[in-house]
Amino acid sequence: MSTATTATTRPDEAPEEVLAPLVSWKAPIGLGILAVVGTVMFGVFSGGKSAAFGLVDTGRGASAVAAWLALAVAILAAAWLSYAWFRARRAGHGPAGWIPPALAAAVVVFVLAVLGVAGVTVITLGARLIGWLSAVVMLALAGWSAWLAPRGHKLPRWGVAAFAIAFLVGFLVWIVAGGRDATPYISLAGLLAGAVTLAVPLVFGSLSGVLCERSGIVNIAIEGQLLMGAFSAAVGATVTGSVYAGLIAAAVAGALVSLVLAVVSIKYLVNQIIVGVVLNVLVVGLTNFLFSTLLTANPEGLNKPPHLGSIEIPVLADVPLIGPILFRQSLVGYLMYIAVIVVYVGLFHTKWGLRVRAVGEHPQAADTLGVNVNRTRFWNTILGGAIAGIGGSFFTLVAVDAFSKEMSAGRGYIALAALIFGRWNPIGAFLASLLFGFADNLQSVITIIGSPLPSQFMAMLPYVVTVFAVAGLVGRSRPPAMEGIPYVKG
Amino acid sequence: MAEAQQVPETAQAPLPTGPSQPTPSAPAGATLLRRIVTGTPMVSLLSVVLAIVIGGILMAVTNPKVATAAGYFFGRPGDTIAEIFRPYAALVQGSIFNWEGADFTAQIYPLVETFTVSTPLIFAGLGVALAFRAGLFNIGAQGQLIFGALLGAYVGFTWHLPPGLHLLVVILAGIVGGGLWGGLVGFLKARTGAHEVIVTIMFNYVASFLLLFLLTTPAFQRKGSTNPISPFLDEDALFPALLGPQFRIHAGFILAILVTWGVWWILNRSTIGFEFRAVGANPNAARTAGVNVGRATVLVMALAGALAGLSGIAQVAGTEKYLSGGVAASIGFDAITVALLGRSTPWGTLFAGLLFGAFRAGGVSMQAVTQTPIDIVLVIQSLIVLFIAAPPLVRAVFGLNPRRPKKAKEPPRAKAPMSTSGAAS
Repeated sequence: MSTATTATTRPDEAPEEVLAPLVSWKAPIGLGILAVVGTVMFGVFSGGKSAAFGLVDTGRGASAVAAWLALAVAILAAAWLSYAWFRARRAGHGPAGWIPPALAAAVVVFVLAVLGVAGVTVITLGARLIGWLSAVVMLALAGWSAWLAPRGHKLPRWGVAAFAIAFLVGFLVWIVAGGRDATPYISLAGLLAGAVTLAVPLVFGSLSGVLCERSGIVNIAIEGQLLMGAFSAAVGATVTGSVYAGLIAAAVAGALVSLVLAVVSIKYLVNQIIVGVVLNVLVVGLTNFLFSTLLTANPEGLNKPPHLGSIEIPVLADVPLIGPILFRQSLVGYLMYIAVIVVYVGLFHTKWGLRVRAVGEHPQAADTLGVNVNRTRFWNTILGGAIAGIGGSFFTLVAVDAFSKEMSAGRGYIALAALIFGRWNPIGAFLASLLFGFADNLQSVITIIGSPLPSQFMAMLPYVVTVFAVAGLVGRSRPPAMEGIPYVKG
Repeated sequence: MAEAQQVPETAQAPLPTGPSQPTPSAPAGATLLRRIVTGTPMVSLLSVVLAIVIGGILMAVTNPKVATAAGYFFGRPGDTIAEIFRPYAALVQGSIFNWEGADFTAQIYPLVETFTVSTPLIFAGLGVALAFRAGLFNIGAQGQLIFGALLGAYVGFTWHLPPGLHLLVVILAGIVGGGLWGGLVGFLKARTGAHEVIVTIMFNYVASFLLLFLLTTPAFQRKGSTNPISPFLDEDALFPALLGPQFRIHAGFILAILVTWGVWWILNRSTIGFEFRAVGANPNAARTAGVNVGRATVLVMALAGALAGLSGIAQVAGTEKYLSGGVAASIGFDAITVALLGRSTPWGTLFAGLLFGAFRAGGVSMQAVTQTPIDIVLVIQSLIVLFIAAPPLVRAVFGLNPRRPKKAKEPPRAKAPMSTSGAAS
């Protein structure tokens, strides 16, 4: 961390002033550290082995129809997106923000579809080659960033994305190639599908955080909302015999936890962080107590919820890699995609969202313009709790078919990390949750194949990455301005 | 600036910031009785009562024996009431005085056990409270405790020093370990503006995973054991037992009281303590007055970490005698509630630590005697803190709020008792 002292800020300045230095060396330093670490790990210490990645689910044949379909869709999408980009450039303004990433996604799907059509099911990559390749890319980008910094520029977003991809690919090949076998093999399809599954509660939790914090209420209680949701889903679904009733019970339970947070912090002006921390303890105590008394005494009648199976969309689910992720999910999984889109569109493309963000950034201005600040905050917090509660139902209705003590196991805090790493943006939080879910799943996979990295360090990754993010070494995470500060009219 | 002025002091309710201020004059017509009844100590007491009542209701509702007894409630109402109170009786019996004990040792054992259990809570609670006073939320006592325990235990079982010196070195190692881990948070906050709540939460996880990893390495794992536990610390590295081998209490408890006094002295008698409180009250004003806010932030976090590190030492060199993955238990999180209950004053934290220590110690025997899950203690603890943080809520429950309708311009009633809470130290 001592390298950060070269930043052109003085320690005695206020944090607000520190955040806006004229020349920031944080990004080059952060990228430089990562690039050097990556070079040493993936390049210098790469074994001579190769890593094999399975593209198709084990036990399921590749579907030619699905591959051709994906190919056609990818070509059409790529063509249309390129045309849109081209037209935007001709018209003199840059393309809309979503076009470049969408085009990149279309190209990825295209490549996958080509592999599927060609009948390729396993890709084998040499660890040394890929390691050095990713090292060179990372060092070059870090160098470029250092070159840009004194000129007052930052690495463009695609540069940061390329850096992240290079690091991720290098890391994955390095860690898989370090396995016990001669050519260690993992199923990439299974890895990704598992990552999305593990990310489901994280996504719901971080969306809850986005909704609360964008309106200015700090939500540390995500963990409690998830756990309460898991508990209520199990009991509700068992008692009524219906998973849908369980889902509703989970949403209500999450909203109730939020209700306490909202009432105590908005009406009684108690510090929101305190309420959040205390609520987490309260929910742990309450669910543990009820589990040990009522649920253990009568598991059949209270803790045996029906299973929420996955719904498969025919043909599409057979597209290599992305099929199972997008089209073979449980109801909660599909709800997750819907929730991300709805929250994103709602926050950034509707009048409601504009008001919510105004309340979080400058409540006085919003109040002057006739927005009821505290009512907005109240309902956002309740809505956030309901969403987190649904995320909690994942534990008891999809993952395991019974409630057990503290089964959310700190996922609420990872969701908080994802929210920050995703910069208080629903899409960002979604992607960060996927990344953390991926790290989580990779950790269990590499314990099976054997790995050069102790699994505890893999488990640490999300937290370390988040500290880097809030410290501004990799990008900058800036919370809503008036977060955590109660609004009193007058 | 305008924003900051708008926020009434209740926004920082549990963070008493200034030295004792005279109570703003009570509204006309308020009697002495009302002032006593609505004052801070009374609210604290009522919060505890309310939490215990709610906990009792929860236990009564979930206890089948209560339901059975309630079936003939009108025949013999005493049975129902006895069943409702049985868990609390067991709690008192397990934490204060065992009236069924055979001899004096057995009778007094629960109280001594309460002191033992509360020792790490007091240390960690002081760490959280000290940071609170400087306006920082130290959620990271858990991680700092682990680091202190990690370093202290390592020194305790690998180095072999003369008696006396060894314990001293172990304590120092705990202070350094916790202090560095906490100071790093302060450094990140001062340098980059990274919010300490997020950093400390993340650091808790990093520390506990690091602990789990280290316990699988040869340097830390006990020889011949497949479990992730360390060797026992040297006999010289342990806190001496205070009341002989039949009790678990050790000299760490005395140290906790001394450290409480030390923290009080730092906060109320030293220059740096004044700077801490100034930064906590208003960082901008403190900076204008010449306080180096960044330095104070790093220092207070390092001190808070050192205190939490001592809590880890109380664990490894006091009660546990070795390092395991569960060394921190939930002390780091309980410490937050301890500090809040103690209103962030050193002596208040000491008593809050004793109370929660009693809950812990009594909860264990309650679970054994009446099969009431110990988790009820968590519920009661968190309810107490929730109520204490919101005095108007407690007053509303007991119907103590003033009947006069408030005007919007008037500052909330809570202001008066809250701003004087710093006086307790």
